[in-house]
Amino acid sequence: MRDVLTTCAYCGCGCGVYLHEEQGRVIGSTASRNHPVSRNNLCVKGWHLHEFIHHPDRLTEPLIRKKGSLQPASWGEALDYTARELGRIRDKTAGQGIGVLSSAKCTNEENYLLQKFTRAVLKTNNIDHCARL
Amino acid sequence: MTNSINEIENAQVILVSGSNTTEAHPQVARRMLTAVDRGAKLIVIDPRKTVLAEAAHIHLAIRPGTDIPLLNGMMRIILDENLVDDLFVEMRTENYYQLRDMLYRLDLDEVARITGVELDKISRAAQLYAQAQKAVICYCLGITQHICGTRNVQALANLAMMTGNIEKEDTGVDPLRGQNNVQGACDMGALPAVFPSYQPVSNDDYREKFEAAWNVDLSPTPGLSLLEMTHGGKDGPIRAMFIMGENPMLSDPVLSKVQETLTHLEFLAVSDIFLSETAQLAHVVFPAASFAEKTGTFTNSERRVQMVRPAIAPIGNCRTDGDIISALAQRLDYPMEYDSPAEVMEEIAMLAPIYGGMHHDRLEEGWGLQWPCWDRSHPGTPFLHKYYFTRGRGHFVPADHEPPSELPDKTYPLLLITGRIYHHYHTGTMTRRSSTLNRECNAALLQVNKADADRLQVRSGEMVTVTSRRGMIEVAVEISDQVQPGSVYTNFHFAEAPINKLCIDTWDPQAHCPEFKVCAVKVAKK
Repeated sequence: MRDVLTTCAYCGCGCGVYLHEEQGRVIGSTASRNHPVSRNNLCVKGWHLHEFIHHPDRLTEPLIRKKGSLQPASWGEALDYTARELGRIRDKTAGQGIGVLSSAKCTNEENYLLQKFTRAVLKTNNIDHCARL
Repeated sequence: MTNSINEIENAQVILVSGSNTTEAHPQVARRMLTAVDRGAKLIVIDPRKTVLAEAAHIHLAIRPGTDIPLLNGMMRIILDENLVDDLFVEMRTENYYQLRDMLYRLDLDEVARITGVELDKISRAAQLYAQAQKAVICYCLGITQHICGTRNVQALANLAMMTGNIEKEDTGVDPLRGQNNVQGACDMGALPAVFPSYQPVSNDDYREKFEAAWNVDLSPTPGLSLLEMTHGGKDGPIRAMFIMGENPMLSDPVLSKVQETLTHLEFLAVSDIFLSETAQLAHVVFPAASFAEKTGTFTNSERRVQMVRPAIAPIGNCRTDGDIISALAQRLDYPMEYDSPAEVMEEIAMLAPIYGGMHHDRLEEGWGLQWPCWDRSHPGTPFLHKYYFTRGRGHFVPADHEPPSELPDKTYPLLLITGRIYHHYHTGTMTRRSSTLNRECNAALLQVNKADADRLQVRSGEMVTVTSRRGMIEVAVEISDQVQPGSVYTNFHFAEAPINKLCIDTWDPQAHCPEFKVCAVKVAKK
């Protein structure tokens, strides 16, 4: 069993939480005692933060729509198809036909990479996220 | 937030506006209640009698959408009572006389009539706030999700500057950010008009800096905002979308329009941890790693950049969003290769001045750093605007009242307010899959006042239909005195009762924030 100090993934308070890992599964979450925001306390969502991680609904394989329905596919196939389509529409519309939504749930590093990808590769500033919702 | 969360418990007066803090920001609410225990006065502006409003010394139960008349009324009283911080106004601000002239023209009796709050209460609140040595304002989407959201914020800023309630520890204006990393996503330039650190794409100097660093030509034209992308309809300008970890099919206003837009795209790729309502419409779905499976940082509401550390390896065949973006860039002949998220942060620190001193090795120690953090030796900034505002002087912008775009009438006689609840989060993709949270709360409830419930002849638990000019949903009733007669309230967490089908398709013209807080509906027993 291992405890990993991380940051809660729910609201903007940003509590310090420990995730408890056992045999490759996250089996619990508890508050950090000294973290300036959590101070040994979490809300109900924080105490149960680990519960969705291993939910059977988790997506574990890439999916591609074939004959109207989403079918499992390989990473190579999904990435090739996506790059081809984004590249095609970028070239057809000079980038202006592409829209990208980044995520207030993802890390700073991932948000940075996605806006860089959008601006430098897809040639558009059409990038936003759900800040107002 | 201009303050740190812990500063709130040292304030003498706390003015909360448009925030259901105990439900949506429990840790911030804890600080507020601690402050009250220590003798602070709590003023809550909210049309609903929330838990926090019940704990308040003064609850200003305004009519929805009348924040500006109320705040202007408070400022007029502060002026009349000679409680303006003249020194602060003189040294730190500009354009004060325009505000003062507007306030002198204000009719306080009309303020009471528009807001529905008696003048005596407004006066007590105004004097309490203005006389405090340390006062904080906390606000949330109840202020911003209006057609006049930007002006609502400006009115709050006017109030704080006029009384000098800013620039000091335990004193300031605190917008409470909703999502774990909404602050960071903004800081990183996931916005149509700015690069990381809010550097405008239209500014030649900033753009040339990024062109040099990234070795590409960049567009100087600001892009489309979220609503312009998702509300274009079947012939809209957007032909393909890449959506990372967002669910506009439940979170955006007028869902029928979003659906029309997304289903008519030539190509839609979605990266998510679950098959969300949005992912179900995609051509390609990428299985993303969750926060427990990756390294990186989140920035909380108090601007604190903190480490996210992996507890387990990505489950199944999942990959992190960072890896997915790099793989796509590689295929489009623009390699974006980094050894680790720490290396990405090095690039951010180089290009985003407010993150200039943010490096993973520093963030690994202690409890993160609050921006602005200009360089490696900078200790971070617990509260903002100490000696000067970002723009120099604080600029007063007088705000006029603008009524909501749709108010109740004969056909749609009730006013619908939407919000959030304690046990669930945003569109519920995560919390709806948590067994404990679902045991506590597994369905949306429509709060209806007893008077309206009697008229509609419904009891708690009975199903009703709620109809607006844009759509209809079914939901169970909860009779509650949290809502005033004439208003109903529910949340947007549940796909079974997608409340955003009903919301109006108008938004604040400056911030593009949708008017989620007010629309007209009718309720009928099913």
